[in-house]
Amino acid sequence: MGAAAQKLAAGDRFSAARVSTETQLAVERFLYRQAEILDEKQWDDWLALFAEDGHYWMPVTEDQEDGEGVPNIFWEDLNMMKMRVRRNNHPQAHSQAPENRLCHVVSNVIVESEDPNGDVVVRSRFHCAEYLRYDIRNFTGRYRHYLRKTADGYRIALQRVDLVNREGPYEYVIQWWL
Amino acid sequence: MSWSESEIAALVEPDRVHRKAYVDPGIFDLEMERIFERLWIYIGHESQVKNPGDYYLARVGRQPMMMTRDRNGEINVLYNRCPHRGAQICSARKGNAGKLFRCSYHAWMFELDGRLESVPGVKGYEGTRFDAANPAFHIRKAPRADNYRGFWFASLAEDGPDLETHLGRARLALDQLVDRSPDGEIEVVGDCFHMIQQSNWKIFLENQIDVSHPGATHESTGAAARSVENEMKRDGEDPPMSYGFLSDFVRHGIDGWDKFGTTGLPQGHCTLEGYMGLRPDDPDTNEYVRRMYESYGEEKTEEILGVDLHHVLLYPCNSVQPPLQQLRTIRPLGPNRTLSEIWHFRLKGAPEAIYQRSLAYYYLVNSPSTMVNADDLFNWWKCQHGLESNAIEWVSFHRNAGQDSEKGGIMYSAPSSMSELPMRSMMQAWKGYMTANGAGA
Repeated sequence: MGAAAQKLAAGDRFSAARVSTETQLAVERFLYRQAEILDEKQWDDWLALFAEDGHYWMPVTEDQEDGEGVPNIFWEDLNMMKMRVRRNNHPQAHSQAPENRLCHVVSNVIVESEDPNGDVVVRSRFHCAEYLRYDIRNFTGRYRHYLRKTADGYRIALQRVDLVNREGPYEYVIQWWL
Repeated sequence: MSWSESEIAALVEPDRVHRKAYVDPGIFDLEMERIFERLWIYIGHESQVKNPGDYYLARVGRQPMMMTRDRNGEINVLYNRCPHRGAQICSARKGNAGKLFRCSYHAWMFELDGRLESVPGVKGYEGTRFDAANPAFHIRKAPRADNYRGFWFASLAEDGPDLETHLGRARLALDQLVDRSPDGEIEVVGDCFHMIQQSNWKIFLENQIDVSHPGATHESTGAAARSVENEMKRDGEDPPMSYGFLSDFVRHGIDGWDKFGTTGLPQGHCTLEGYMGLRPDDPDTNEYVRRMYESYGEEKTEEILGVDLHHVLLYPCNSVQPPLQQLRTIRPLGPNRTLSEIWHFRLKGAPEAIYQRSLAYYYLVNSPSTMVNADDLFNWWKCQHGLESNAIEWVSFHRNAGQDSEKGGIMYSAPSSMSELPMRSMMQAWKGYMTANGAGA
């Protein structure tokens, strides 16, 4: 099991740490910015949110503790994310023509833990509407972010996304991260 | 409209099929009656219900079914319907019922094989036609249920060919799934992915063995994978083998897929030859082959691993990919709506890396975030829309029509072609099942 997955698994997802207003604000700003980057399709900025060894993870079951080696809805490192960006923007990516649009609302931001070095584990809830093929779909669920503090602000070591409808069935597929 | 047999037969010509076969609600109802509620339909693998009391739901045609493991360890296929007032017996898709099934409505209790165990206030039935011994008051069993090497199927017709006869030579797909395990045993991994296809079930089957589509449909994914592979190599990194599953789509261009032959069987089953080179000379594969030799000896192992099939369609509901341990099954919900279940298996006794290879394919091609099926599903949806229009009445299957060859009851695609043989072959079988009250083919 990777260190980042261990960190989330060891955390208590019902806990709330006493953090400074600055930390709370910085974390919230980070999450809002991530949502905006997705909604506005700023893909270079998206990739830059992640640590070199960072992962975006959407498990299939709630009791999963790791994304490695087991079935997932998403389990992507930077190389896979680059591939997805290039593929969805490829002129022959006909299922992205017309392009979808996403709109996120992120809320209920609670910092679970803050390490002495400034790393945090934070959970939040999101709602995301996707407009695709003249129709709207809705996704909602829980985020848990393990954010590493760097001189340059936070970087995502691991983002876990638990959809409320994780077992599906899915109408069509999810082409962009949620 | 109601359809006479000659009207149905007229929908299928040797090289083209009428669009109504894909969009007409009356045809869909007849397909459910004559194909899905008559032929052998996949229920699930025995490892989905390991313990007594375990159940798993499945849909056969329009019928809600469930697979259960009873207290004797036997597997049963039952209708998920209480004989009293019709309530579903199990509402979760899977679970364990304990020692008995209990209907939530009036607490009728049933054995795990469907027999009625007790009815509260049974006195009220005295002097009525209710009879606890009468099977009409038990959870109904599928008229026929059988398994081939642990894969369970049900037929809702009292008679007809048995399972092995129906599978015919296509049972090789299931043999391959099991025989590729050094222990001769496989196990389902987790739950399946579920995806709704907004298109007719036949469009899915046709796509699985359509060699002329991958280079066109999946170009964007192939190109993106190729560019990341190249970048990694440039930086001295080793791209994972699984990226090759995607970059393969651009390796052969659009019309270089004529190397991969297809076949069609009279029951409607089809095969497509493998193209992914899944036996590379790497330490994991070599360790796997060593374990296979240990279990089966060299000759038998080579015979097993020498079979390279990318897809085998078990008509009308399965698409099996033995070297990748994948099995998809479709459950038609309407003329333009199809539920697909995508399963994958672990080969007992094989190195973990062999499972990881299967998992990578499962993720890249079949997960709800797939970049591959995204384009297929979109094409199928677009086809469904197009076929709802009467602009052109026919679907064309003319590629290499008239050039198929037949040997021992099997149809073979013309050499070096991207023949639409499998589509033609499936539709001939369809015509047989749909006419003569389904007794055809």
